[in-house]
Amino acid sequence: MENTLSFSPKTKKQYKWLLTRYPTRKAALLPTLRLAEEEFGVLGIPEMRFVADLMEIPPAFVFGVVTFYTHYRRAGTGTYHIQVCSTLSCALRGSEEVVQRITERIGIKPGETSECGHFSLSKVECLGSCDTAPMLQCNDDYHEDLSLEDVDQLIEQLRAEAAQEGN
Amino acid sequence: MAFKKIFTEHIDKKNCHTLAFYKKQGGYKQAAKALKKWKPDDLIEEVKASNLRGRGGAGFPTGVKWGFVPKQTDKPKYLVVNADESEPGTFKDRVIMEKCPHLLLEGIVICCKAVGIETAYIYIRGEFVFATQRLQQAVDEAYKAGILGDDSLGSGLKIDVTVHRGAGAYICGEETGMLTSLEGDRGQPKLKPPFPAVEGVFGCPTVVNNVETLANLPYILEIGAKEYTKIGPENSPGPKLFCVSGHVENPGTFELPMGVSLRTLIDKHAGGVWKGRKLKAVIPGGSSAHVLTADECDVAMDIESLAAAGTMLGSAGVIVMDDTTCMVDALLNVMRFYHHESCGQCTPCREGTGWLEKIVHRIAHGEGRRDDLDLIVDVCDRMVGKTICALADAAAFPAESIVKKFKDDFVAAIENGGSPAWKKRHSSTVGGAASHA
Ligand SMILES: Cc1cc2nc3c(=O)[nH]c(=O)nc-3n(C[C@H](O)[C@H](O)[C@H](O)COP(=O)(O)O)c2cc1C
Ligand code: SF4
Ligand code: FES
Repeated sequence: MENTLSFSPKTKKQYKWLLTRYPTRKAALLPTLRLAEEEFGVLGIPEMRFVADLMEIPPAFVFGVVTFYTHYRRAGTGTYHIQVCSTLSCALRGSEEVVQRITERIGIKPGETSECGHFSLSKVECLGSCDTAPMLQCNDDYHEDLSLEDVDQLIEQLRAEAAQEGN
Repeated sequence: MAFKKIFTEHIDKKNCHTLAFYKKQGGYKQAAKALKKWKPDDLIEEVKASNLRGRGGAGFPTGVKWGFVPKQTDKPKYLVVNADESEPGTFKDRVIMEKCPHLLLEGIVICCKAVGIETAYIYIRGEFVFATQRLQQAVDEAYKAGILGDDSLGSGLKIDVTVHRGAGAYICGEETGMLTSLEGDRGQPKLKPPFPAVEGVFGCPTVVNNVETLANLPYILEIGAKEYTKIGPENSPGPKLFCVSGHVENPGTFELPMGVSLRTLIDKHAGGVWKGRKLKAVIPGGSSAHVLTADECDVAMDIESLAAAGTMLGSAGVIVMDDTTCMVDALLNVMRFYHHESCGQCTPCREGTGWLEKIVHRIAHGEGRRDDLDLIVDVCDRMVGKTICALADAAAFPAESIVKKFKDDFVAAIENGGSPAWKKRHSSTVGGAASHA
């Protein structure tokens, strides 16, 4: 299979810089996967293959690494990945209600992606923000001290953003 | 000497994260002194004398750890900063990285000089996007100002720092898991020995220290080891960040002298148990610690006092539970976490965490059996001390202590068809607004 993916000149430069920061090439794998994630949006099989070829690392190894970790954006993830912390401190302050509310509003359960492709919902483990429980991470951003009204508002806001992007 | 906050004094001020602000507070003076005046061995001795103990969880004396790194070696030495902060209930390193990243960088420079290190990595958990940006900004500023680079602060010594982002895995907080991950692998822990100080990342001697540990160093040099040991108990002294979460009015990070009373921490600093309710249980050191009952909370928050109370300071993540909490549900949550995060290499951990979750799950869901409580204790016995890393212990400690100290909750769930919350959810109609209030 011919791989048609490539890094932009800017990303190529970042990749080259990364290689100078570690004594082995393999050590640059995790950050390079982040570059690929940023450049291509998700890490699916073609993207992993691309990184494997680029770094001359066996594709099966790259796949093993990507799937070991939970925080890479895998293929099929919605535009907005809503990750609700469900660990103890958040559970004690109502994280389950937050998940239920999102399920009611968007119609997807944890582990699912909405048909429109805009939303994915996951329950995740402690995000290191237990003092602002309940909280969630949507793509890169933390949303903290959530009330159910905050959840509604966030979803409205994301819907509006998605509609604008769609135009 | 009055207690001085070294991490949080300025966090409400604008631009407290910048180099300009940090320098105005006297920042990098101690690093400059370390680079130009201190001999490496004297620095290690000073840190030993300060009794600084690791803030990542194990509480190992920092100076002693540095002393294990071989002096004569032709291999490069590394410092890897543990910024993975993923112990449930812990959110203190994030404060340092977001609000005073230069304090950490100054600590790194001091450590590098003491141990003879030229290359440091800060391994930060992937979810901390904002903290990563702040750290990277600080590192860029420090390079530009000549603090980092080939001629650190004009000393002729080279110190390079790279911010390395993880990708989501609790086990990468365990030091050998973190080093394997830094090498570009799946973050699976390795058997010790060899200890990282002798053979760590890339097969070279490596110091692994927590963010908060390193951020103590400038202050130790500023006031001297002797004064430092007067802050709190002599054997585990220092200013300390305590994280309080769960059922309190005012959750947050509180900087206090080591050894503050747990009761004071909860009642005074964190505003007491929320909604006027009563205290039921506290996990004092991140979810890996043994639980304390409400009656056991008159204990000093330091390494030795908590060990004497049968638990640990750990990461100082204090999780508070009020009297409406069902400890079966609480334990189920904690067991799900460890089962999910076990890397699967060791049978007692992989199977044990799975079994613990399964047994507690069935108790919570009305299918528990009378002998399940003994079974939990038996499974824990087969896990503790029998695995490559301490994750198995971290799962067993809360399990055995919660079952033992809150037996009534478990017996009730077994006899009455499940935990109260589960029964409520089960009987309520679809869309029933379950409430936690
Ligand atoms: C399962 C497990 C998870 C850990 N997670 C962390 C962590 O998130 N952050 C941390 O600093 N130390 C963590 N540790 C402790 C580290 O292994 C190590 O002891 C520490 O980083 C050493 O630094 P210190 O001596 O400065 O505390 C963890 C240990 C275990 C067994
Ligand atoms: S104890 Fe558990 S987490 Fe640690 S190495 Fe073994 S299987 Fe992995
Ligand atoms: S338990 Fe949710 S952020 Fe820690």
